[in-house]
Amino acid sequence: MSLAQKIGRMRRTDAASGILLVSPTALYALLLLAAPLATIVVFSFWTQDYLTIDRSWTLANYRVAVTEPIYGQLMLRSLWISGSVTVATVLLAFPIAYFVSFHVDPARKSLWIFLITIPFWTSYLIRVFLWKVILGYNGVLNSTLLGLGIIDAPLTFILYNANAVVITLAHAFAPFAILPIFVALEKIDRSLLEASRDLGENRVTTFLRVTLPLAMPGVVAAVLIVFIPTIGDYVTPRLVGGPEGLMIANMIQTQFLKLNNAPMGATLAVLAMLIVTVVSLVFVALNRRFLRRQQ
Amino acid sequence: MTKPIIQLQDVQKYFGDYHALRGINAEIDEGEFFSLLGPSGCGKTTLLRVIAGFEDVSTGRVLIDGKPMEGVAPNRRPTNMVFQSYAIFPHLSVARNVGFGLRRAGLTKDELGRRVGEALEMVGLSGYGARAAHALSGGQRQRVALARALILKPKVLLLDEPLSALDKKLREQMQVELIKLQRQVGITFILVTHDQEEALVMSDRIAVMFDGQIAQMDDPEVLYRRPKTRRVADFIGVMNFLPAEVLFEAGEKIEIEIAGLGRAEISSDQAPRGGGDGATSVGFRPETLTILYDGQQATDREARAKVEEVVYYGDMTYYDVRLEGTDKTVRLSMRNVFGREVLPIGAEARIAWSPGALVLFR
Ligand SMILES: Nc1ncnc2c1ncn2[C@@H]1O[C@H](COP(=O)(O)OP(=O)(O)OP(=O)(O)O)[C@@H](O)[C@H]1O
Ligand SMILES: [Mg+2]
Repeated sequence: MSLAQKIGRMRRTDAASGILLVSPTALYALLLLAAPLATIVVFSFWTQDYLTIDRSWTLANYRVAVTEPIYGQLMLRSLWISGSVTVATVLLAFPIAYFVSFHVDPARKSLWIFLITIPFWTSYLIRVFLWKVILGYNGVLNSTLLGLGIIDAPLTFILYNANAVVITLAHAFAPFAILPIFVALEKIDRSLLEASRDLGENRVTTFLRVTLPLAMPGVVAAVLIVFIPTIGDYVTPRLVGGPEGLMIANMIQTQFLKLNNAPMGATLAVLAMLIVTVVSLVFVALNRRFLRRQQ
Repeated sequence: MTKPIIQLQDVQKYFGDYHALRGINAEIDEGEFFSLLGPSGCGKTTLLRVIAGFEDVSTGRVLIDGKPMEGVAPNRRPTNMVFQSYAIFPHLSVARNVGFGLRRAGLTKDELGRRVGEALEMVGLSGYGARAAHALSGGQRQRVALARALILKPKVLLLDEPLSALDKKLREQMQVELIKLQRQVGITFILVTHDQEEALVMSDRIAVMFDGQIAQMDDPEVLYRRPKTRRVADFIGVMNFLPAEVLFEAGEKIEIEIAGLGRAEISSDQAPRGGGDGATSVGFRPETLTILYDGQQATDREARAKVEEVVYYGDMTYYDVRLEGTDKTVRLSMRNVFGREVLPIGAEARIAWSPGALVLFR
């Protein structure tokens, strides 16, 4: 049998055509995701002395990461900040998604979604800088409040600290939270809400017993989409975080680029990934429990 | 003495400019099985939603159990609804679905379980309580929706085409079950349907709706035998129409001339005063005509005709026959009793008919 025939045969089976279809993407992902990831994991078991890498396997980095308080603190702070970002983003996104899904004329919905995403056409960096302009000592917010006589001295708790990071990130991730929640709400059969009203529940209890549980997949997606990337964010803390707004990613960057300790950076990265995974799994499990209890 | 549980007083409903309900007046009695029958878009669902409280009336009044319902939210009305899509909560089990409305009744867990079990038993779903809602067939979903509404013991149960999603066999079975259930619980049922057969089979009374208005409201037999307008007659079952002319009226008697059938005398209660469209015609049902076989004599009147079309249904045969001396065909039906042959196309036939079965529309 000639090669051409063989290939022809292979193309006819579903599995083969499936593999053919995904292979470019799979290769790309392998090259750009799996390979660097593996490198990081390998690095985390090595050590580095100035510029020379010692390739003997050791857990020394992990020991340091666990015992040195600075790393634990940074990790906790990162968790705290991205947790706050997630809560703030999802809590703000839900009413917006709800409004668009339930109170906007169906013909206008896509327009609204489009409008919501418009601010996100500008570069993320520019938006972070804009927040600096807004939140700064002489920034838009402070001068407005001063001008109105609402405050006597500029507010300082809004820039170069964790609050600024939370505000900036919450804004940056808003559409990523709005969209999955919107989609989940759109999928809810409206007659279910009427059925609930018909069976004696008022608007509020209908929301709690029907709308919210059915929107939960969207909320979970939103939480994960916001939580996972924000915990590793380093641009925002760098630009608006000040010294006490720095997060674990900044430390990883410092280890790699400034302290010439790539293995330590890799170790922190691996630990951060593990922690994110564990937290996400716990969250998903809790949500399952919540939904099962409804059953 | 029955008393009206629902009173509709000149109910009007506008959707923007669209006049969906144009003055509905009706009284529905306690314990009645009432049907709203009409073609698609005539406003049946709208009227049901007005009663349930999902739509406000534009003008007019709805009273339930004597109380005006203006501004009363759906959750505060003594009505429950079985939705056309059934609206089974996908995130809840069958038992939780059925018990949904009992949350505020403050029952103990045992009591709740017992009530849910009873309701499931009533609709023939015992043992299905733990099932997930998505693991149900269409007929089972319909039963869950029914149990969920009935468990609250509403004064009125509203059903929006509850059987339209089921196949013919199951639909007929559910029709019988619904009737039995209604007799058993004694709750007023208001059924929306566009299936005239279903309405005839199930209802104590039927309101036929066209274009947001009730065209006729009567019990099934009257509706079938004495439709008030040609449109109602046409909508319910099969009705033959022949042009006719009124020769003279004297008291209770009307003398008419019917194309193809000749002169006949009918009584005035066969000539309803409905919205006529100008043209005068008589209507009669296929089963009021009979083909006479050799030697049979007509008890009343006789006409000659030629068979033009034969439709065989097993138990029945429908014939389209052309009456002698006209270009009109009429449809008649014959039961295929043992020994009776089915006539072929082209056969000559003698037809027996009776003036008493006619309805005059003018
Ligand atoms: N929310 C609404 N906004 C505008 N028009 C509506 C609305 N609901 C119904 N209508 C219109 O009112 C008319 C009656 O609708 P309704 O749903 O009561 O019909 P129906 O008799 O139940 O028909 P079907 O048998 O097809 O269900 C239709 O012409 C429909 O387009
Ligand atoms: Mg309808």
